[in-house]
Amino acid sequence: MKHTLSVLVENKPGVLNRISGLFARRGFNIDSLAVGETEDPKYSRMTIMVDGQDQPLEQVTKQLHKLINVIKITDLDPATSVDRELVLVKVKATAENRSEIMQIAEIFRAKIIDVSKTMLVIEVTGTREKVGAIMKLLRPFGIVELVRTGRVAMSRGTELT
Amino acid sequence: MNGATAILESLRREGVEVVFGYPGGSVIPLYDALYDFEIDHILTRHEQGAVHAADGYARASGKVGVCIATSGPGATNLTTGIANAYLDSVPLVAITGQVRTNLIGTDAFQEADIHGITLPIVKHSYLVKNAADLPSVLHEAFYIARTGRPGPVVVDIPVDLTIADVEYDPDGAQKIDLPGYRPTVKGHPKQIKAAAQAIAEAERPVIFAGGGVISAGGSEQLRELALHAHIPVTTSLTGIGSFPEDNEELSLGMLGMHGTRYANYAVTNCDLILGVGVRFDDRVTGRIAAFAPGAKVVHIDVDPAEISKNVAVDVPIVGDAKSVLADLLVQLKKHELSPERHLPWMRQVADWKKSHPMTFRREEDGEIMPEFVVKTISDITKGEAIICTEVGQNQMWAAQYSRVTRPRHFISSGGLGTMGFGFPASIGAKIARPDALVIDIAGDGSFQMNIQELGTAMNYRIPVKVCILNNQYLGMVRQWQDLFWNKRYSATCIACQPDFVKVAEAYGAQGFRATRADEVEEVLRVAFASDEPAVIDIRVKREANVWPMVPAGGAIDQMLGEEDR
Repeated sequence: MKHTLSVLVENKPGVLNRISGLFARRGFNIDSLAVGETEDPKYSRMTIMVDGQDQPLEQVTKQLHKLINVIKITDLDPATSVDRELVLVKVKATAENRSEIMQIAEIFRAKIIDVSKTMLVIEVTGTREKVGAIMKLLRPFGIVELVRTGRVAMSRGTELT
Repeated sequence: MNGATAILESLRREGVEVVFGYPGGSVIPLYDALYDFEIDHILTRHEQGAVHAADGYARASGKVGVCIATSGPGATNLTTGIANAYLDSVPLVAITGQVRTNLIGTDAFQEADIHGITLPIVKHSYLVKNAADLPSVLHEAFYIARTGRPGPVVVDIPVDLTIADVEYDPDGAQKIDLPGYRPTVKGHPKQIKAAAQAIAEAERPVIFAGGGVISAGGSEQLRELALHAHIPVTTSLTGIGSFPEDNEELSLGMLGMHGTRYANYAVTNCDLILGVGVRFDDRVTGRIAAFAPGAKVVHIDVDPAEISKNVAVDVPIVGDAKSVLADLLVQLKKHELSPERHLPWMRQVADWKKSHPMTFRREEDGEIMPEFVVKTISDITKGEAIICTEVGQNQMWAAQYSRVTRPRHFISSGGLGTMGFGFPASIGAKIARPDALVIDIAGDGSFQMNIQELGTAMNYRIPVKVCILNNQYLGMVRQWQDLFWNKRYSATCIACQPDFVKVAEAYGAQGFRATRADEVEEVLRVAFASDEPAVIDIRVKREANVWPMVPAGGAIDQMLGEEDR
């Protein structure tokens, strides 16, 4: 089972290194990792997707907690949290099929952010499932390049992550 | 003041009296400030010697050990000792010089990313970028090193910071603000009640005590609890001394691969194991599935990540061993604990002790058995000496046959198993405890790994006693080759070695040798009586093995003994 960990850390040099090193050293695989400053520049928040299948998640979180720069770890429940990732995808496009691609993008509320004679760059934001669905539709046109941010997530409602 | 003086001022306020180190280009300003500062400096002959000495000092005193090295090779030479302190949870602050701030990242002369290199083996680390931060970083480093589960902290300091002007504001610098670091000291009352209940109900209880008891200063609390509840106590290697081994009834000695048979039988057959300050290391548990299979596990540890890491725990208690043991005793006193409640168990344990004692064969032709040497050392020092060990067979014999009755009197590299640790550690221990007799029980292999520290011992007249159990082999590996690899002694014979007596004498130390069993006691007595550093070369039976032994990955009650050969 995949888990989404939201990890609040001190915004100091080397913290990302400590965390990724800890995962590697203890044999935990990271599916995705997104990191950036929070509303308070003293802190950064990392959203880390891990697979709890092979390794008990408890060991991951306990080991993370031992890092001095880690302040808080939340294992986000999909039912009570929202998550998004952002993907840029470069798709082959001809004069004939360009409008078809644009239609697909529109359905998924994706944006065309660059157009050239033979290519389109599309920006997709959404859950992993939504991103997966649009990729499936775009693939037949020819995806030449894809880049994604990794998941970011926070809890719903008034609850703080 | 300049940065260097600010560093030393921080150390002074942390109560540091002595540092161990080796100078170099990037720490010249720091050494200049040391020149007339009130902190003593011990110049070792290798940076590894400095870090192990700081480690031995910390283990013998309970204070934070401090070592200093220059950038690049100086710093990388510390890494083994940092890893050693990390695995045995020893409070240590390692100060490393770094190249000038504006040269970092340019592959400058003697530049190594020691902050990056040591990331996996430190409790925490700093690469200081602003001179103004030096005092607060150092105070933080000491706080982190000694609190919670102790460990090593590396502070890497570019040389330009040490010559910059720094304002030292003692109040501000010593204020600790670490939102992500709040170690738990007091155990949860509900959990402690549950543990007391489980102990009161147990019919076959055993206590398994480790280094955490010693580092928390909880030996007295452990003794009180064991005596009150009348429960036998076994220890890990680093837990030796946490419970007095002269308690004939309750002390079971060491557990695990080379533990006593009675400890291993007791743990395998118990219905409750109370682990205190232990991490259930693989050398202790053997095959996990066969480890204390019928036991309820109560585990007290200051590090929550140790709970259920290796062994599934029924009653976890996170907290400082001393505090939790004291609270647990209060709860236990509310229960009716008649000595009759587990009489058959105590009879069984006594029976195992009687039928499987720790004994060794005495050779009739005068050959010296290594166990005999350790036992003689323990007897003539009445168990009062501080015993340091190297790593390998010497270490296991030392653990098995030294009768240690007090905490901080058995100092050994447990987790990392660092050959070459014992001798520099004994120098550190002797500095911490100048009145104590400090003995390094060594092997001829391990001793040669840091033999250069004879220079340090002589430089400062630190009268440690190195007793080499000299079998001219890398004995522990040879033993495995003997037992499991068809006696193919690949790369383990080191018969080509110096005359250790002459080496000692060349340094100006005393050298002794014993080649027959009847010489051992006299030689040891003379060596221990002198005020000089001494090396005692004791020629032991070359192919003696450590018994009993649990083969790697085996169940701990399935032990090999000499009789099985």
